[in-house]
Amino acid sequence: MNYFLELFVGGLTRGSIYALIALGYTMVYGIIELINFAHGEIYMIGAFTALIVASVLAISGMSGLSVLILASVVAVIYSAAYGFTVEKIAYKPLREASRLSPLISAIGMSIFLQNYVLIAQTSEYLPFPNLLPDLPFLESYTGLIGSTEFIIIATTAVIMVMLTVLIKFTKMGKAMRATAQDRNMAKLVGVNVNRVISNTFIIGSALAAVGGILIASHIGRINFYIGFLAGIKAFTAAVLGGIGSIPGAVLGALVLGCTESFATGYISSDYEDVFAFVLLIIILIVKPSGLLGHKTAQKV
Amino acid sequence: MFLTFPIMVIRVDTIEKTIQWRLMNMVYVGLGSFVLSFVWHYLLAKGVSNRKVRADDEKGRMSFVQRVASEKRLSVHAIAIVAVVAVAFPFISSTYQTNIMTTALMYVVLGLGLNIVVGQAGLLNLGYVAFYAAGAYTYALLYYHFGVGFWLALPLGALAATILGILLALPVLRLQGDYLAIVTLGFGEITRIVLENWNEFSFGPSGISGIPRPGLFGMELGMQEAQIYLYFLMIGLCIVTIFVVNRLQDSRIGRALLALREDEIACEAMGIDKTRVKLTAFALGSTWAGLVGVIFAAKTTFVNPASFTFLESAMILSIVVLGGTGSIIGIVIGALVLILLPEYLRAFSDYRMLLFGIIMVIMMVFRPQGIVTGVRKTYEFHTEDDKIKRL
Repeated sequence: MNYFLELFVGGLTRGSIYALIALGYTMVYGIIELINFAHGEIYMIGAFTALIVASVLAISGMSGLSVLILASVVAVIYSAAYGFTVEKIAYKPLREASRLSPLISAIGMSIFLQNYVLIAQTSEYLPFPNLLPDLPFLESYTGLIGSTEFIIIATTAVIMVMLTVLIKFTKMGKAMRATAQDRNMAKLVGVNVNRVISNTFIIGSALAAVGGILIASHIGRINFYIGFLAGIKAFTAAVLGGIGSIPGAVLGALVLGCTESFATGYISSDYEDVFAFVLLIIILIVKPSGLLGHKTAQKV
Repeated sequence: MFLTFPIMVIRVDTIEKTIQWRLMNMVYVGLGSFVLSFVWHYLLAKGVSNRKVRADDEKGRMSFVQRVASEKRLSVHAIAIVAVVAVAFPFISSTYQTNIMTTALMYVVLGLGLNIVVGQAGLLNLGYVAFYAAGAYTYALLYYHFGVGFWLALPLGALAATILGILLALPVLRLQGDYLAIVTLGFGEITRIVLENWNEFSFGPSGISGIPRPGLFGMELGMQEAQIYLYFLMIGLCIVTIFVVNRLQDSRIGRALLALREDEIACEAMGIDKTRVKLTAFALGSTWAGLVGVIFAAKTTFVNPASFTFLESAMILSIVVLGGTGSIIGIVIGALVLILLPEYLRAFSDYRMLLFGIIMVIMMVFRPQGIVTGVRKTYEFHTEDDKIKRL
């Protein structure tokens, strides 16, 4: 039973991080129907920025919590800036082109960003300092849930709530929902569509950066390639939950995380990634629009 | 301009290393990006105005290559020149160059194969590499266990890939668009991971080595001759592929595929069996991948799962889109450019993949329809009167 719970917590932790990245995918997809392959790279850049800032601050003699906060803030801002720039350069000029062109542009961007970090930094794995503080009240549960896991799950939950509030109750959220429904119509009623899209990229990238910092603290090392697999997994999670749907992305990510965790725990760790995709294929065959996706009626 | 400027400069900061402060780098990149952002905006503005002009006259939109292809006499000359160059190539250049060219030709065939699925049928397939791997591993395993030769393995590899294609297509027939894309992507990854981990079957990450190159009527060929021979083999396969794909485009199946891409419901209403057409598309597409897979195994004499990553699928897809979806000449050019470019960019060693990424983005931004746009065959309707008037 204890083993089961341990795996479950591991799955939730994993799922939370997938959720943070998957949200960026699903939001972007919901609005401009683009699979943003460069999103994984943004997440990687977030982790790298946090690492750099944290090391610099630690060397200059700052301590614990302030390093964490400053590094996170800087990483989030940077990733957001990157997301914004990537959108401006690679996707905005292609708004009117066929659906495949932005996809290729995204793949190109992803290759570019990977190699940019590779050249500017290093191809080695860099050790990532564990920035997250220890929580004393969890001591009685050690072995079941560590403080890093707890912080990851809690942070994700808080961010989910904030995001939901943002989308449901603010003016910007309303504009985003309108754009997602019908871009031309939104334009007609006076929504600045370009700004909405930029905002979406900024929010998505910021979330990815948070995910990047959290997972880097959890695993303890990063390199330029981490974005790729994380990106694919997160996208899988987004599709699993029904792409374009925000609660769907979270649910999909949690299901994916738990599946991976249980499968590696009970069956075999070699095929970790296979389980994720097999699950995806099974769910899509049973329910082609994803767990929480809307079934759109086809117009003739 | 105002918006991009601060970001372009801020972006530079990530270059600072943990302890080393490489301020000079920052200045360089800052200056570079400042200049580049001007150029970028200028070109973008120019591109927009160009597009407006071009939209006015249809003729102006035809690119040079298309014009050559459309005029019979010119195209005969062009083909003759290409043929002479192609035949002479291995004799005038080094083995290394020939080798690269063979690789490029392999991608031409792969691109054409994927084009059947993506370009003609409009089914976005991100796991094409799985079929490629199927072909390569068929040959490798058959040779390892039964000593099967190249020429027997070629059809068997194609068959294995076709079967795999149908197996994949069966469950995903109901899916559309991006769901299909992600499932095929997942399928490609599953194939790779299984090959990597199933040690008893595929010998894991170390792969299978010592696969023989094809022999010419039982003759043993030296290293260099074998490469030249493979080169001509690839040329032959390319010609066959181009011929088949060209015929396919205007055939009943080809038109059914086009109809499927344009509108599934209308297509069904016209009496086309959606399931069968989709299966055909997948099967046809993967057959070519299987063929090339066998040749790949023969060329490198070694297969391992690392050759069949997602990046490979992305590369083949890029060839199709960059070259111009649905256009055969475009794909040939696209494959040559995309495969030869990184090789010739070796002069920039470290920066070549960086440049490659940039070029992909730039190409798409300034020519989203690809290098050569596909020409749809149009049928004109003439009444009897028309004919008489013409006479």
